Amino acid sequence: MKPELTRQQYLDLYYFMRLNRAVEDTMVKLFRQNKIVGGLYSSLGQEAISVGTAYALEKKDWLAPMIRNIGALLVKGVPPRDIFTQHMAKYTSPTLGKDGTSHFGDLENLHIVSPISMLGDLIPVMTGVAMAGRYLGQKIVAMTWIGDGGSSTGVFHEGLNFAAVQKAPFVLILENNQWAYSTPVKRQVPIENLADRAKAYGVASYIVDGNDVVAVYQTAKEAVDRARAGEGPVLIEAKSMRMRGHAQHDPAEYVPKEMFEYWKQRDPIEQYERFLLGKKLLDAAGKKEMDNKIAALLEKDRDFAEASPMPPPELAEQGVYCTGDDCHKVAAKWARDTAEVTPPKSSVAAVWRVRGFGEGKGSGGKNAPIHFGDTAAASEELANHEAKLAPKIPAKTVANGGKSPAKSAAVHASNSGAKKSSKAVAGKARR
Amino acid sequence: MPETKTFSSTNGAASAGNPVTFLEAIKQAMYEEMERDPAVVLLGEDVGVYGGAFKTSEGLLERFGWERVIDTPISESAIIGAACGMSYLGLRPIAEMQFIDFIACCFNQLTNFVAKGHYLWGAPAPMVVRGPSGGGVHGGPFHSANPEMYFVHTPGLKVVYPSTPYDAKGLLKSAIRDNNPVLFFEHKYLYRRIKEELPAGDYTVPLGKAIVRREGKHLTIVSYAAMMHTSLEAADALAKEGIAAEVIDLRTLQPLDEETILQSVRKTNKCLVVHEDTKTGGIAGEIAAILCEKAFGELDGPLVRVTALDTPVPYAPTLEEYFLPNAKKVFTAAKELARY
Repeated sequence: MKPELTRQQYLDLYYFMRLNRAVEDTMVKLFRQNKIVGGLYSSLGQEAISVGTAYALEKKDWLAPMIRNIGALLVKGVPPRDIFTQHMAKYTSPTLGKDGTSHFGDLENLHIVSPISMLGDLIPVMTGVAMAGRYLGQKIVAMTWIGDGGSSTGVFHEGLNFAAVQKAPFVLILENNQWAYSTPVKRQVPIENLADRAKAYGVASYIVDGNDVVAVYQTAKEAVDRARAGEGPVLIEAKSMRMRGHAQHDPAEYVPKEMFEYWKQRDPIEQYERFLLGKKLLDAAGKKEMDNKIAALLEKDRDFAEASPMPPPELAEQGVYCTGDDCHKVAAKWARDTAEVTPPKSSVAAVWRVRGFGEGKGSGGKNAPIHFGDTAAASEELANHEAKLAPKIPAKTVANGGKSPAKSAAVHASNSGAKKSSKAVAGKARR
Repeated sequence: MPETKTFSSTNGAASAGNPVTFLEAIKQAMYEEMERDPAVVLLGEDVGVYGGAFKTSEGLLERFGWERVIDTPISESAIIGAACGMSYLGLRPIAEMQFIDFIACCFNQLTNFVAKGHYLWGAPAPMVVRGPSGGGVHGGPFHSANPEMYFVHTPGLKVVYPSTPYDAKGLLKSAIRDNNPVLFFEHKYLYRRIKEELPAGDYTVPLGKAIVRREGKHLTIVSYAAMMHTSLEAADALAKEGIAAEVIDLRTLQPLDEETILQSVRKTNKCLVVHEDTKTGGIAGEIAAILCEKAFGELDGPLVRVTALDTPVPYAPTLEEYFLPNAKKVFTAAKELARY
């Protein structure tokens, strides 16, 4: 069932998409003035995805953005000044200038995990966040984003599979913007819908028009609700178009002009604005008011960022390690009784047991099925031709003994053989 | 199985009774930490039902249940990534690599994501990555590695590599309680060959502190893990020749306890480093540089290295024994050095 939106929710989605675009427009200006230290990545044309998906999360939920998810950060509560200072490498930025772009997080309040440039890594990380949240009884959902390009990484598959087998409350947004840098999606994968990949992992999936913010939000809300209810992870493929190059330096001449033209007609903000005006959820005065609000906020935050200092050089050698509780106090926030995960309540009966396994007692090596270390030393081997000719059967067959009479006889035979050879090397083989 | 050697580093401290293996010490550390703190969880391949490939987690699933002892798919990047994500919510996960060789599969996750988090965005990741390492057991090129130096070279990670059951237990407890990602190497040659009586109660061994295993005045042998025992064996033989070797066990490689090394070398004026890791880029080179920077005037001889060859670990016993350092090689090199 598609959730109905309140008037406020409709307007929120509009506000955050507008804010997202305005923040990025401001940064393009800063970039042209050489005030941005590194690269600048645009989410132009994809704002509905960042905003619509993150808007489906609750405050306690966790997200990890990608490079083009400034909109998601704004929805989660990050002020534009953090985005500006990050890009300008200022001391006042969340990373104090140690990293740029959307690469920052907040474990304490906003529940944001910082992304890194190696795509896909966040998928198992957010799976772990989801599992920990469930373990602590917090009823949270973890969300991250990946592109069509990033969905080809190995860790995408490792992470999604692990999330699936764990039924983790995790939602993965696959933004298909049709280009991985200069490589079109059809040269990356031979399938039409990237969401199909979810089926292989037993993960529920949706495909949504990534330029329709209401559809994106409704789909994400359904996915988040499902995940929170314990039904396992969900993948949403949001189809859209990257309307700029990979980053500011890239004019994207490899993209056919007609393609840009087609998608320009489907700009998510203009489309949504027409929808809101038609539904009378917004009027000219309301729009003007929002324009002014955004302009004032960005001017203030931009001024703050520009006036901020660069970090002191010595900062470069600080903070590699957490120095203890005075540095960061690590404490799990339990939302369930810890007795549930503490013995005796946590203890389970070993119903899977194969004889000799899972006794809960030290085996002292006796039952251990690994044969490493039980072989004779080379010097011994060379000295003792007889021992060398004896059949070598790995000790691990011992643990599986008793399958069939014939096999078990062989195992017994090898057992006594192994004993002999280990006696032969007793006291040797120490390097 | 070769004879088990009994080791004592507790110097008569109250003992729990029977001496235990290195492997048992690891298990005790995990068990006791999981008892102590419900935030401690274990995940890895076959750690649950099977109790771990080497039985280091035997019985933990039965005691602590499915939520805390998690069998994973064969996905090392997912194991490390998930452990890191868990640590962000205040858990203290222990991630097991079935063999430490497989840590290469999650190199990116560890070095780019886990290691850099605190420096870049102030995110502590209190997690331990542990697993069986090292050779000498004819495990072949993919089950015998000593990949510690990749990680010693990665700012943000701590690297621990103990040599005795007492240290293994005490250091693993410290690693679990540390707020940083700690890589904990367990030399599988030692798993069942070394036994030691352990104190009855809770104890820890601090990270970043080396220990002098044997005092001597003629030269210093710096080593760690299985090679520490090789070095002690060589020191016994050297003593018979009238050479008193001081043996230092590094225990932690990152942070490195420079002070203990410098103190000893200032006394003996000669230093030999023994490690099972390959020669080029091994910790011996780093120690040589530290001595050159900080004790150059006090050296009476060159820094000597006895290490594995710069090759992959070969499988055949003849090849592997040629590849590895042994007491004889250490003895020969030390005797040569003592002549300076």
